[in-house]
Amino acid sequence: MKPTRKPIHPWPVRLTHWLNALAIVMMIGSGWQIYDASPLFGFRFPPLITIGGWLGAAIAWHLAFMWLLVVNGLVYFTYSAATGHFRKFFPLSPRAVWQDFRAALRFRLPHEKGVYNAIQRLLYLGVLAAGVVIVLSGLAIWKPVQLWFLCDLMDGYRIARYVHFFAMAVIVSFTCIHVLLVALVPKVLPPMLTGGRQEP
Amino acid sequence: MSPIQRRALLMRALALGAATTLPGCNYEDPNHPDLADDFLHAMSYWNDRVQQALFDPHTLAPTFRPDQITNPPRFNAFYSISQAPVVDPATYRLQLGGQIRDQTPWTLAALNALPQTSQITRLVCVEGWRVIGQWSGVPLSDFLRRVGADTTCRYVSFQCADGYYSSIDMESALQPQTILALQFLGAPLTPPFGAPVRLRIPTKLGFKNPKSIVQLAVTNVYPGGYWEDQGYNWFSGS
Repeated sequence: MKPTRKPIHPWPVRLTHWLNALAIVMMIGSGWQIYDASPLFGFRFPPLITIGGWLGAAIAWHLAFMWLLVVNGLVYFTYSAATGHFRKFFPLSPRAVWQDFRAALRFRLPHEKGVYNAIQRLLYLGVLAAGVVIVLSGLAIWKPVQLWFLCDLMDGYRIARYVHFFAMAVIVSFTCIHVLLVALVPKVLPPMLTGGRQEP
Repeated sequence: MSPIQRRALLMRALALGAATTLPGCNYEDPNHPDLADDFLHAMSYWNDRVQQALFDPHTLAPTFRPDQITNPPRFNAFYSISQAPVVDPATYRLQLGGQIRDQTPWTLAALNALPQTSQITRLVCVEGWRVIGQWSGVPLSDFLRRVGADTTCRYVSFQCADGYYSSIDMESALQPQTILALQFLGAPLTPPFGAPVRLRIPTKLGFKNPKSIVQLAVTNVYPGGYWEDQGYNWFSGS
């Protein structure tokens, strides 16, 4: 009898991963264009890296793809809660993070297929939290009257814009590290496409 | 106005500078929608319906303290402040149209004689910034009932002295904080800020607050709007 080998990434995780990748590229590109209409800080995003070309189209893209981001995110969270997928991110202790961080700096952090090290667990949980924050703050900005409780939670409309911006910054930082690490350890990419098989 | 001229105006209004405009992007030409435009229109229509469902007539927009008022107020339009229309208050008439029983035009004095209400509310611009101001005027729901408007109609539309136009859903029009504003900070509105009559609707974005209104109509035919016709979401509720 063949030993049953579970895929490293079950298909719902792969599907939601790539849909999410599309959603966040569209959301961040159009979000930067929206930011440029009324910058919070002393800089604008160059038009070459924004989506929409002008404010009206950027908002239209943003409010269209927010549905993909949110629905896809809900599917992922429901799936993960139901199947225990979140268990892959635990346990997580500051000590383990520190140890793995030092090992990573010396390029001695082993990568075991299908098992997340402490750094990965921290990053994945962090970006999931940022995802929740960016959706809640985005809803607060979109509907500060009807969803007043979200706006209050963000300490008002103006603060909600800053919260939304910093959550974006966290997600962009994560994405840079994530893509860089995949480039350094390319063997982790195929399983996210095909599912892969855990070593028996 | 040709689409090219419109776009030129739009770019100036956004104050982004023409340099930030990419050619070949979406909603470039409202008269010739491409596939992406159709997709965005469909999603925008869906978002209108979601916002309509989310709208609760009993949810009031937050009110603020007098010391939180943004003073001087911030000017914003599709033209610069020096080009704002100047309407003579003595000859001003608010024309009425559509499904309204008594379409007698209203003078400014007659509007001022109606029961007034005052509010300190937040105006959120589609660009992201917000200001707080004190407006007073006639509740639109009172006005619509007084002139015998058919409030079962879907839309209230507005035409402005500067060529701007916009429209809102009837449910939002009847919300108690939606007013035909006549005053800002206790003094008559001034020309760049909507004199003599503007709509103040704190449950919608700033561009749904048309200024210098010269005609108000009630209709079931979708009236669109200056920005809405170029791609901004129609409902644009807060």
